[in-house]
Amino acid sequence: MSEPLVVFENVVKRFGDFTAVQEMNLDIHEGEFLALMGPSGCGKTTTLRMLAGLEQPSEGEIRLAGQVMNDVKPHERDTPLVWQSLALFPFLNARENVEFGLKMRGADAAMRKSKALNWLDRLGLADFAERPVDQLSGGQRQRVALARALVTEPQILLLDEPLSALDAHLVIRMQGELTRLQRELGITFVYVTHSQSEAFAMADRVVIMGDGVIAQTGAAREIYRNPANRFVAEFVGRNNILAGNISSIARGVAAVETPAGEFKVHLPPMRQAADGDALSFAISADLVHLADKEPTGDNVVPCTLISEEFVGSVITLFLESADGTEFKAQVQERELANIDLKDTKTLYLSWPTSSAHVLED
Amino acid sequence: MGSDRTIKWFLRGYVLVLFGFIFLPIFASLVFSFNSQRFPTVPLGSFTWHWYETIWNDPDVWDAVRTSIIVSACTSVLATFIGFCTAYTDYRYSFRFKAGFLALALLPPTIPLIIMALAMLAWFAKIGASGQVWSIIIAHTVLTAPFAMAVIRLRLNQMDANLESAAWNLGASEWTAMREVIVPFVKPSIISAMCLTAAVSFDEFAVAWFVSGLNKTVPVIILEIVTGNIDPQVNAIGTFVFITSMTLVIIAQVLIMTREKKDASA
Repeated sequence: MSEPLVVFENVVKRFGDFTAVQEMNLDIHEGEFLALMGPSGCGKTTTLRMLAGLEQPSEGEIRLAGQVMNDVKPHERDTPLVWQSLALFPFLNARENVEFGLKMRGADAAMRKSKALNWLDRLGLADFAERPVDQLSGGQRQRVALARALVTEPQILLLDEPLSALDAHLVIRMQGELTRLQRELGITFVYVTHSQSEAFAMADRVVIMGDGVIAQTGAAREIYRNPANRFVAEFVGRNNILAGNISSIARGVAAVETPAGEFKVHLPPMRQAADGDALSFAISADLVHLADKEPTGDNVVPCTLISEEFVGSVITLFLESADGTEFKAQVQERELANIDLKDTKTLYLSWPTSSAHVLED
Repeated sequence: MGSDRTIKWFLRGYVLVLFGFIFLPIFASLVFSFNSQRFPTVPLGSFTWHWYETIWNDPDVWDAVRTSIIVSACTSVLATFIGFCTAYTDYRYSFRFKAGFLALALLPPTIPLIIMALAMLAWFAKIGASGQVWSIIIAHTVLTAPFAMAVIRLRLNQMDANLESAAWNLGASEWTAMREVIVPFVKPSIISAMCLTAAVSFDEFAVAWFVSGLNKTVPVIILEIVTGNIDPQVNAIGTFVFITSMTLVIIAQVLIMTREKKDASA
């Protein structure tokens, strides 16, 4: 076992003047659940389509199980895709849809049928095998699409925003089922989504893309706590992002002068910095403290409350400092019991210096 | 409310009059085809199959019917095939001058029939191909392929853009995907296009009259029967042509409507 299952080496994809994917290097390992996440137009779907052979890379090389795939036609690879639109064949029933891949590989009718029924049964659709697909519910169609892709027992399954058409409660259920399925089968899942909750809930490793470039790769927790750069910090959301110039550095701690005030941050060990350098940093909204009296210590911002978002036990407050910088604070509902939000004019945000996280430029 | 009702009744009346204008002459022709009198006058004479017997026993009419059936069957297959290829080209590929290509593909029905007929005759005469059954087939194929294309294109546009890619992704080569996915998906419109083109070809007079020579089609023989004398045979043969074309058109329409309903509910 030398090489990972999938290797993207310096892959570039251009459509006319538009570069959808730039100089991509990415390894996908056997048996991992990888999520490709990013806003629309970031190149995640193009990446997936290149893996399925539906697009050819303009430059670079894609290898699957050690074999260069650039010129291999889509029907000659075993990289089934679960489509956002599902793309079920409307003139076939559920079982016939599932059989399609086997039929294309020349399997005989009896074997096709038993395998297809087996998969439908496994996904809880045993009673719906002979139904036309347009008489199935959204969730059932979703499962037919999954069964259709998995019936050939591929090494790798590609999923392109498969849950985006489902109701919220079904999404959660399908997330659980997909994770379970991936563990049971032990095959590689490559999952494209713009939804952070889907990616973070399921993936072993998340790749965040923006403008055709990989912005960060890592486990969900790592990305959430240590966003590498401003793009990731903004995309992941619920981050307070501040930028300013270093006014002084002492024992690895820089004081940064920003429009909202002076704050302290720990410089990462490899970071070269001098007085006057520009520096941006992020503080996760759930690491911010809120008080109605001015606390002592570093990193305090007086703010006024603009609005609040109440979701169960967690409340997100949107605030503004005197210079107009926006802040977010995520607090437990019970923590707010002692603070009178309505009549307090000025609220004080504060955070320990260790909570501030320096971003790459 | 009052004016609403007036408009409603006016529109109903309008539709009634419209259908009256279209169908009354045909209906009259149907009635007189069973009338024993030679001239179409009221009061009617007695009921008779005589006119049908006359045309049944007329070998010229039989020849014309045979020619018409051959021509419309061949035309429907050829025109639908060409129409499918054009529609698929439009669906699948984008290229320079595509707008020009489409305009050209849809052009024939916009040319006045008489011009088309003369042009066809001149051309066939020049290449020594006039007066053949297959020269009518070629002319009719040119004329009706755009109808087939329009019907099939409508269906292709309703297809999920990823359906064909999904077939490739599951191991189907381009030809297999065409056979297993594209053709089954557009099948209702293919049948519909075949009925429609057959009906148009079966009815078509101007081009057939110029190009057919001795291989007369049914509309051409009808003209020959009416020329010079009034003969209720025409009513009988007209009724036959009307029923044939209507059946084909209704089949085509039913196929178009059922699939629209199905798509709407899906």
